[in-house]
Amino acid sequence: MTEPLAKPKRKNPLVRTRQPLLPPASRSRKAHGLTLAAATGRFMLQCCGECGQYIYPVREACPNCLSAFLPFKDAPTGGVLLSETRIEVTGDPYFREHMPWRTGLVRLDCGPSAVVHLHGDCGGPGSQLSLSLQLDRAGQAVLFASPVSETPDMEDDPQWREMTADPKYRRVLITEGRSPVAVALAIALKKAGAAKVFVGVADRWKPFEEQKALEAIEGVEFVDLDLTSERSVQELAMDIGAKVEILINTADHVRPTHLFNAGAINTARDAMDHTVMGLMRLAQAFGPVMRSRGADGKTGAVAWVNVLSIHGLSNVPQFGVHSAAHAACLSLSQWLRSELRQGGVRVINAFTGPLDTEWFQTVPPPKVAPKALADAIVDGLKRGLEDIYVGDVAKDIEARLFDNPKAVEREAGQ
Amino acid sequence: MNGDILATFAGALASGQIRVVDLTHTLSPDFPVIVMPPELGQSAPFRMERISRYDAAGPAWYWNNLAFGEHTGTHFDAPIHWYTGRDLPLNSVDTLPPSDMIAAACVIDCSAEAAKDADFLLTVADVAKWEKKHGRIPPRSWVLLRTDWSKKTGAAYANLLADGAHTPGPDAEVMRFLVGEREIIGFGTETIGTDAGQAGHFSPPYPAHHYLHGAGRYGLQCLANLDQLPESGAVIVSAPLKIQNGSGSPLRVLALVQERSTG
Repeated sequence: MTEPLAKPKRKNPLVRTRQPLLPPASRSRKAHGLTLAAATGRFMLQCCGECGQYIYPVREACPNCLSAFLPFKDAPTGGVLLSETRIEVTGDPYFREHMPWRTGLVRLDCGPSAVVHLHGDCGGPGSQLSLSLQLDRAGQAVLFASPVSETPDMEDDPQWREMTADPKYRRVLITEGRSPVAVALAIALKKAGAAKVFVGVADRWKPFEEQKALEAIEGVEFVDLDLTSERSVQELAMDIGAKVEILINTADHVRPTHLFNAGAINTARDAMDHTVMGLMRLAQAFGPVMRSRGADGKTGAVAWVNVLSIHGLSNVPQFGVHSAAHAACLSLSQWLRSELRQGGVRVINAFTGPLDTEWFQTVPPPKVAPKALADAIVDGLKRGLEDIYVGDVAKDIEARLFDNPKAVEREAGQ
Repeated sequence: MNGDILATFAGALASGQIRVVDLTHTLSPDFPVIVMPPELGQSAPFRMERISRYDAAGPAWYWNNLAFGEHTGTHFDAPIHWYTGRDLPLNSVDTLPPSDMIAAACVIDCSAEAAKDADFLLTVADVAKWEKKHGRIPPRSWVLLRTDWSKKTGAAYANLLADGAHTPGPDAEVMRFLVGEREIIGFGTETIGTDAGQAGHFSPPYPAHHYLHGAGRYGLQCLANLDQLPESGAVIVSAPLKIQNGSGSPLRVLALVQERSTG
């Protein structure tokens, strides 16, 4: 039985904050097929294109037929525990701080056997298990086995929490309170057990509709935050930088224009300043302190979420500036990811299709309801994902980009 | 003779006989700017980003890059700002005659009325009342509308409601009168525009902009400290930045006020 996570006590100011350490991070290039699967929450293993056998660990050639055609394919998630090892002592600096650590040898239903991380609620040898690929603190894919059916407080298992970014008892900053997602996100985070939700609002002198709804949520605190102002972002970080364990950047600035319009440069500059430079300002102000708090107790800094448009992956002419800005945000986000990884803080990109909001009024359905996006983000945090695709449009574009990026480009706007 | 006047003037400044009042708000990122419907172009707010501060990017010096719209903070409107003034000669901030940058000011105190009614409108009757006390408004003078609005901050200052801003300003008739009958050099306010918050609904829309700039006159807005000026007798120094073809600019507005000594 998992012991429920206790509400963390206030920090002892006389005690040094532990510096983040990472589990071993070396992987072969081929092994990043597992990283791709883990990032999106899929369970994929190599499956020989010739003889059809699933293979683990990752190899260059099929051990059965020697074929080099070994694509990654979705695999059945079941398995049986063959043996269990509880590691009490290790020389690895990361795992030393997390002893004891449960591992097991599992025979996968699809064939191969693997050494996996074991959830505390898994039974002894012979038990049926459910396998998943998780990204560990180093951002690398690992196999994780959980009980087949849900157990009480199973999300509080200390090993599982190392693989996820659960909002429970963590403090969250939503950067743009005027975002249509902010209310739904604050509600979903509180439901998931977040200790506090800071909501950034720029230009407090401009009234906004969602203010009342946000005020009504217990545990929500408004903070001044204008992403277009370096000073504003820095000042907020000085106040609450060390209290933010999850940062969710909801910044967006949708202003449709045509590439050849006289004012398009201004529109683009505004959008870039809000989103791209806004993300850069946030990264500079909040990145260092979050990275340094990656091992700050059971509820240390754990995740940075960027809400991005799926059109950042392939430009759509009706929202050309929006697409270009989010493409730049994606690039910046990858940069941020590599920086924050050193502290064990994961960067999650939530790619969404057009939201069912005013700026996408003329776009035909399917559109993404703000609640659906909010729920997907919280689900991604709880499952420890890295790339989340929300809504039919985003999922469709993701699949088609994987298949043929040129076709996505040509068909956009037709 | 001229030398004597300036020497006297300099002496009066040095002795404090002439007081200099700063009518300018500090340019800061938080100061409200005019808000347009979101699908239209917006004025960039004031922003300051550091180049260096005695650090690796500049070991011995501190300096910043600035960004702002022409109509940010306490600012000047040139005739080219409005379509009615677009074809006039010398209509941009770089070409406007420097002699227009120093002029007398008549201050009409409507602070009591504006305190009661955010939509207070200055009328010809209010001007007549002022003229009864101080005489006819001299040609080429500034008329400054004192509302004490500059003492408000943030949301109360912008006063944006669901149907737009609610801030005091002039009605259409008084602008026609001041520009046509009194030949004022410009009109100044403490609010975000020379026009009232609801002036988009007037006829013509935005009458202060319409009439002032159509006749080659100027606007000053977001002024402060008008309560420190006499109703008559102050001189205003308002020199906008010399921006090529600029429609306006933030500026330092100074008022010179002669102390009325009792001795």
